[in-house]
Amino acid sequence: MSPVLRLLLRRLGISFVVLIGVSMLIFAIARIIPGDPARIALGPNATAEQVERIRAEMHLDEPIPVQYGFFLRDLARGDLGTSLYTNRPVTTDIAQFLPATLELVFLAGLIMVAVGLPLGILAARYRGRWPDHLVRVLSLLTVSAPSFVWAVILMLIFAYYLPFFPIAGRIKDIYEIERVTGFMTIDTALAGNWPAFWNAWHHLVLPAVALSLSGIGQAARLTRANMVETYEKPYIEMAQAYGFFPSRIARTYAFKPSIIPSLTIIGLDFAAMLGNAFLVEAVFAWPGLSRYGVAVILRKDLNAIMGTVLIIALTFLIVNIIVDLLIAFLNPRIRHSTRAAS
Amino acid sequence: MIRAFRILAANPLSLIGFILVVLIVFAAVFAPWIAPYPTHNGAVVDFLNNNRPPSAQNWMGTDLVGRDIFSRILYAYQISLGLGLVVLAIAPPVGTIVGLLAGYMGGWVETILMRLVDVFLSIPPLVLAIAMMGVLEPTLTNAMLAVTVMWWPWYARLVYSIARSEREEGYVLAAEVIGASSFHIAFREILPNCLPAILTKMTLDMGFVIIIASSLSFLGLGVQPPTPDLGSMVAEGARYLPDSWWLTVFPGLAILLVVFGFNLLGDGLREILGVDE
Repeated sequence: MSPVLRLLLRRLGISFVVLIGVSMLIFAIARIIPGDPARIALGPNATAEQVERIRAEMHLDEPIPVQYGFFLRDLARGDLGTSLYTNRPVTTDIAQFLPATLELVFLAGLIMVAVGLPLGILAARYRGRWPDHLVRVLSLLTVSAPSFVWAVILMLIFAYYLPFFPIAGRIKDIYEIERVTGFMTIDTALAGNWPAFWNAWHHLVLPAVALSLSGIGQAARLTRANMVETYEKPYIEMAQAYGFFPSRIARTYAFKPSIIPSLTIIGLDFAAMLGNAFLVEAVFAWPGLSRYGVAVILRKDLNAIMGTVLIIALTFLIVNIIVDLLIAFLNPRIRHSTRAAS
Repeated sequence: MIRAFRILAANPLSLIGFILVVLIVFAAVFAPWIAPYPTHNGAVVDFLNNNRPPSAQNWMGTDLVGRDIFSRILYAYQISLGLGLVVLAIAPPVGTIVGLLAGYMGGWVETILMRLVDVFLSIPPLVLAIAMMGVLEPTLTNAMLAVTVMWWPWYARLVYSIARSEREEGYVLAAEVIGASSFHIAFREILPNCLPAILTKMTLDMGFVIIIASSLSFLGLGVQPPTPDLGSMVAEGARYLPDSWWLTVFPGLAILLVVFGFNLLGDGLREILGVDE
């Protein structure tokens, strides 16, 4: 078995254990709620029979471990219960809202890598000089405000004062796009509707930039720190002694080993973005998981809250497995090792 | 101490951070004396002066019911800093104990504790706090609780990684040879070597706790009005953009300023204490 495949199996195993733990944690959070979940879900005007029916439906009369067992059984079937807010299966609701959030987070992640890594490389190459100081201040500044503050500032400047970008929403109402993947940028392209395609991108840019800002700062700082460490290694000195161009040394020799520790953190930043998307979506009225999430939280809709958190945790675990595999591919010590790396 | 101050002074960015933090803490503690309108931290209404742009009377304008925004920001700093202090008084000790146990004991203790930490870390921080606030009542105490619950695993992981590498060091082996107890080795030998990293992380985290707490109240899941809070002030004002820009811009900049201060200070501290990123 190839080492990378073995690593994949091992990571899948660990992720499965973690996912069981996450389900327990979420279940525990849902049950610390004071009062009767059925009564809270139905509101003060519900009749005693209605409350009884919901209690039976949610197995609330059983002991806690039995309740958890029912929860796991439904989970294994891919059933997250019914949302008391929309009266639809939670999975249907999430399938409807998740793509908009993922579209936003994916683009933000791309911007983070495309801007953060070069900034870090630049700072490391000119370490101790003004580009380094500039990158340091910029990256400290970007991580110093929550993404909703950046969203408000960007919106004010680039949507109100300089009307380059739309203020809110995902696409103009005039376009009717058939839903295939739920990703607006893909669906419009599949429909061959190019004006709508550009409109979707136009709407996507500003929220994605707002979401990516703090990640850019973190990625730049980390890449810089790792590269500065690599620059002290003897083989870099040798490359310098050979008279290689500094740009070649930076890109080929110093960058490659430095990217590996950065990738782990980029995976974590991606997770933070899944959470911060809630804030950016609220500012830009982005019809993603956030609007649904906040609505179900205000309604104390337990099934929907648990389902949403579980799906977000699952997304995060999948991203981390991808990051780990990427590291395995990039790192020759894992790629060519005969034993599985831990 | 003097050496630390000298290094701090030699690094202008850290010095700026230090000054920012001192000024903001001072302003928050003495808010009742500094604030031009000290009564505006509550449910005061002054409709004659509502929604006014910045002026000589109200440096940062007034909000929708006529309260002075500058005064409210000072009181909001009290809430933010207080929340940060409570979280950082509980989460780091809990995380440190878990991390030390897992890192030094190893074996099944390590497996169980670190898997538990993995579980907490595999839910994005803000999402876990949002979920907790979703089932709890939105009060200041519950917000502190939710942020603390999501925060301790980061310290556990930090201390764990240091403790695991220190476990093989000569001084630990020496202590084991002379028969020191596990408790003594973990807390008296290994812990002091974790302290610089913990201290740096705590300074940086003060800013991040403020970010998470203001994010919760921005979503309406944190401190409730009329108590002034930076996050809910931004949320309230965002509906009146761009005309009443002062409702959002000043509270937003207030968050940026305090977090930037702690970040600059923490960054300088990292250099002084020689902690790796």
